[in-house]
Amino acid sequence: MDFLFIIQQTLGATIGVNTIIFALAAIGLNMHFGYTGLLNFGQAGFLAIGAYSVAVPVISFGVPLWVAFIIGIGNSILFALLLGVPTLRLRADYLAIVTIAAAEIVRQIARSATFNEWLGGSDGITGKFGKDFFDLNPFKEGLETPILRFNANDLWVVITGWILVAIIIFVMWLMVNSPWGRLMRAIREDEDAVRSLGKNVYLYKMQSLIIGGVIGSIGGFVYALSRQSVQPDNYGTALTFFAYTVLILGGAARVFSPIVGAMIFWFLIVFIEQVLREAVTNNVIPDWLIGVNQVGQIRFMLMGIGLMCLMIFRPQGIFGDKKELALDAKA
Amino acid sequence: MQKRNDGGASFAATTPMQPGSAKPDPILIADQITRQFGGLTAVNVDHLEIQRGSITALIGPNGAGKTTFFNLLTGYDAPNSGTWSFNGLPLNGIPPHKVARLGMVRTFQLTKALYRLTVIENMALGARGQKGESVLKSVFPWIWRAQEAEIRIKATSILKNFKLLEKQDDFAAALSGGQRKLLEMARALMVEPEMVMLDEPMAGVNPALKQSLLEHIKELRTEGKTVLFVEHDMDMVHEISDWVIVMAQGEIIAEGTPASVMGNQQVIEAYLGAHHDLDLSEKEGA
Repeated sequence: MDFLFIIQQTLGATIGVNTIIFALAAIGLNMHFGYTGLLNFGQAGFLAIGAYSVAVPVISFGVPLWVAFIIGIGNSILFALLLGVPTLRLRADYLAIVTIAAAEIVRQIARSATFNEWLGGSDGITGKFGKDFFDLNPFKEGLETPILRFNANDLWVVITGWILVAIIIFVMWLMVNSPWGRLMRAIREDEDAVRSLGKNVYLYKMQSLIIGGVIGSIGGFVYALSRQSVQPDNYGTALTFFAYTVLILGGAARVFSPIVGAMIFWFLIVFIEQVLREAVTNNVIPDWLIGVNQVGQIRFMLMGIGLMCLMIFRPQGIFGDKKELALDAKA
Repeated sequence: MQKRNDGGASFAATTPMQPGSAKPDPILIADQITRQFGGLTAVNVDHLEIQRGSITALIGPNGAGKTTFFNLLTGYDAPNSGTWSFNGLPLNGIPPHKVARLGMVRTFQLTKALYRLTVIENMALGARGQKGESVLKSVFPWIWRAQEAEIRIKATSILKNFKLLEKQDDFAAALSGGQRKLLEMARALMVEPEMVMLDEPMAGVNPALKQSLLEHIKELRTEGKTVLFVEHDMDMVHEISDWVIVMAQGEIIAEGTPASVMGNQQVIEAYLGAHHDLDLSEKEGA
């Protein structure tokens, strides 16, 4: 077995582009779910809107990339308003229903034949829409070490991505440790009590939805740019639930948990897959037990078992406080 | 009745003891308020005035519509008809948070302590006009830090008064039921209300704490605040209220001083039924 290759692949994934994307998606969800108690099951929709907003204006309308970023943020704010205006006055469950449906609507519209000309239908959009970004790449060569490898473009995406994550995390840390953050946590505990103290709960829930959504759509920017393509089916409900997995792995309502959660998530997926693949191809695991084609499924099974163990033995996540979790919010 | 030094309480002697009677200086006036749930009329209040600076109790048997009436007055529920005003400002269609900002702050029958916030955070949340609650200013701590320090000082002084100071860094969920009631009341005071609406402040509170709660409510009157509270504990009603309003089946059936109300035949009937003093066994035996 090629252990060096396993390490290289695993390490690359742990700090790689996917980790950044999932961390951003989960940071947004942390704002929604962790701090404000909003059940947003449509985070994938925000990522999709971010991704398409970067690709479509550049490819179909020749807009410069930085303008596309602004369009993307504007669109995700609009999407948040669209979701929030009718539902945030209602009970929490309604937001969950509406968001999960809205994210699917976004995906279905994106892959519909009607808008094929601009959105590329089910094939999505592939092209050099990230040229403006990659032109700024100061790295002429990629990173080549025995344990970690990135090509030049990936290295640029990873470095800018982590800087972006760091900035977002820092701002979020400031926000959640302010009276504003306290108000958000209070809304998570009991909206009516917060109303009785003279606070406009609706307004604050809307702010949370917008902020978390914009962070999610920034994850969509990274998703689109890193691949130079946007595929509608990447933005299905699975993406939302993986983001929740990442968040719960790390522990909700902790600023750093989405980052650590995303790292663990991708570490496990890639590590399990690489070990299995190496083991199967080198006949350490016999063919009759696991075939090469089954590795992809089995890694998710093992991942599932791992998550179950986590929920049983450490329900509060990596960073969570068990004492806090034990307090029944509705006691 | 105990002696009082404020002007608000003396109204009791001169006000007629009948439902809907006019008060010399009402802070809250409600007219023709009805609330129906399907075919059931939960609240049907013709006219009600609450005297400024008084402690008024709202009593009545279970299902009389007391809490529903509370919800209507504070904007948590909308009536089918009626108008009401606070300090002369009409409150129709005003959302709960604005009602609170106008100075009418309520607590809840089922205590709503914010469990995964600490006691001091619960308190600080109540303060008005916090700069740090603006989303843009929240990221610049130097804008709100001084104000936050002032809020903490105020919160600790109230907590001290309510004997919760040593609990200030505990999660609210770690408090006992009675302490949560205290916390909820203390938190309401952070809003600096003119009128405090307490929904069953004594429910589930042990006798020792009860006494201190009573003192706190009396203190509110001394500070010139108006208190309206729903309660089942008649001893408490008797001890602290200047005026009692009795609701039954959604309507106000009696008003008056605690002593007069408790002798009122209609009130006794509402609580115990019209034929409560007839011996059933005698009837059956006949």
